[in-house]
Amino acid sequence: MIEFSEAFAAAFQLIAHFDADLYNIVALSLQVSLSAVTLAAVIGLPVGAALVLLPFRGKRVVVVLLNALMGLPPVVVGLIVYLVLSRSGPLGVLGLLFTPTAMIIAQVILIAPIIAALTRQVIEELWTEYQEQLLSLGSGPASSIPTLLWDGRFSLVTTVLAGFGRASAEVGAVMIVGGNIDHVTRVMTTAIALEVSKGDLALALGLGIILLSLSVGINAAAYVLGDYAKKRMGA
Amino acid sequence: MTQDKSILPLTVQDLSFEARGKRLMKEVCFTIEAGTRTMILGANGAGKSLLLRLCHGLLTPHAGQVYWNGDDSFSSSVRIRQAMVFQRPVMLRRSALANIEYALKLRNVPKAERQEHAYDVLKKVGLGRLANQPARVLSFGEQQRLALARAWAIEPEVLFLDEPTASLDPSATYSIEQTIDAIANGGTTIIMTTHDLGQAKRLGTDVMFMHRGRLLERARAEDFFAGPENDLAQAFLRGDLLWWKRKEPYPGGGVNGVVL
Repeated sequence: MIEFSEAFAAAFQLIAHFDADLYNIVALSLQVSLSAVTLAAVIGLPVGAALVLLPFRGKRVVVVLLNALMGLPPVVVGLIVYLVLSRSGPLGVLGLLFTPTAMIIAQVILIAPIIAALTRQVIEELWTEYQEQLLSLGSGPASSIPTLLWDGRFSLVTTVLAGFGRASAEVGAVMIVGGNIDHVTRVMTTAIALEVSKGDLALALGLGIILLSLSVGINAAAYVLGDYAKKRMGA
Repeated sequence: MTQDKSILPLTVQDLSFEARGKRLMKEVCFTIEAGTRTMILGANGAGKSLLLRLCHGLLTPHAGQVYWNGDDSFSSSVRIRQAMVFQRPVMLRRSALANIEYALKLRNVPKAERQEHAYDVLKKVGLGRLANQPARVLSFGEQQRLALARAWAIEPEVLFLDEPTASLDPSATYSIEQTIDAIANGGTTIIMTTHDLGQAKRLGTDVMFMHRGRLLERARAEDFFAGPENDLAQAFLRGDLLWWKRKEPYPGGGVNGVVL
C-alpha cells in the first residue's frame, strides 16, 4: 500500500516538474493520435454520410461489415499493417515499419470504421428529418452530403472524439507496428505497458493519470459542446 | 432569378399512388393555370398532402402523369421553379439568414448577392431583427414565417403549402396569410392544403375537394363556398364528420342518402 501511495506521489512529481521523458511520450502520443483521428475523420465522415445518401446495391451488407469493423481487434490490425509494411511486405520498400507513420496508419484503420459507422447513424437520423426539405430546395442526395455533415457537426464532433478516445487508449496495434522505441515510437500506452513490466510504477502511473485526464477532458468537451448546441442552436 | 418559359399549367392525369398495397390516390385529374390560388380541402387522410408531394416530385406516382407545361419529365429546371412549405417547418441548424442563403446558393445566386437578398426577404416577413438567431430556437410561428421567407426568396413560379398554419394561433396565422397573399400578388401560383375553411375563403381563387384519395369537386372558390355540388363536400362545409360511407357510390339524395 505504501509503495502504491509512493508511486502516486512520484507520478504527480513527474507531472508537476515537467519531466522531459514523460512529456516527450505525451507529445508523440498526441501527434500520432491526432494525426490518425484527422485522417480517419477525412475518410470516415463522408463515407458514413454517403452510406446513407447514395443508393447502391449491397448497401446493407456494407453497413453490417462496417459495424463489424468497429470491433476490430487492435493486435490483428497491428499484425496486418506489420506484414504489409515489413521488408518482405508489399509496402516494405517505403521503410515505414517502426515509425510514427506506421502507427498512424494502424490507428486510421482502427478508427476510420468507428467514425464512419457512428457518422452513418447521425446522418441517417438527420436525413430522415431533412430529406423532403432538401429535395424540395433542389439539393440531390450527393449534394446534400456536405449540408448534412455541417448540420450534424455537433453530434459528429462527439463521434470524432470517440475515435480519438479509441486511438489514444489503444496499445496493441501501435506496439506491433511502432515497436515501442524510446524517443521514436514510444507513446503513453506502450510506455505504461513497458514501465509496469520493468516495475517503474511512477512513470507508468504518471502517464496513466495523463491518459485518464485526457479521457475525462475529451468527455467533458463533448458534453459541454452538446449542451451548448442544444441551448444555443436548438440542435 | 431569370424566368424562362413558364412551367405552368400543371396538368395531372389519372394520378394514382399506393402504399403497402393500399391505394391512397385514385385517378386524380385536374389542370392548374398560372396565377391561381388553389385551396385543397378535405378531411385527414383525404390525400391532400400526398397530392402536393406527387406534384412537387417528392414522390413518384404508381400510375398517371404530372405534366408541367406539357412535359412530364420533371427535370431540374422544373424543380428550381417550385418551392414547398411543409406543415412542420424544417430548419437547418444555422442562423435564420443562413437558412435563406442556403436556398439561394442552391439556385446559383452569386455569393455577393445572397446576404442582401436574404435579409430583404427576412424583413418582408418581419424577421429582420432575428436574422442572426439560430433558426431552430425561433418560435414555431417564426420558423414557419422563415420557411415562407426561404421559399419566397427563390421567387418560385409555383409554391406548394401543406397546411402552413396548422397549430398556429390567430395572430401567427394572420401573419402567414399576409405573406402568402404578398407572394401570390407577386405572380406566384399557390397550391395549398388547409383545414381552415375561413382561410380557404380568404386566400383561394379555386377549391379542390378531396375525399379518400379522390378529387370529388373542383370549382371556383366563390361557387364552392356558395354551395358545392358534391354531397360529401356539402357535408364537409357543414362541418359533418366524414367517416361514413354511401349506400351507393353516387346517390341522388345528397347527404340524406348516406349512412351515418
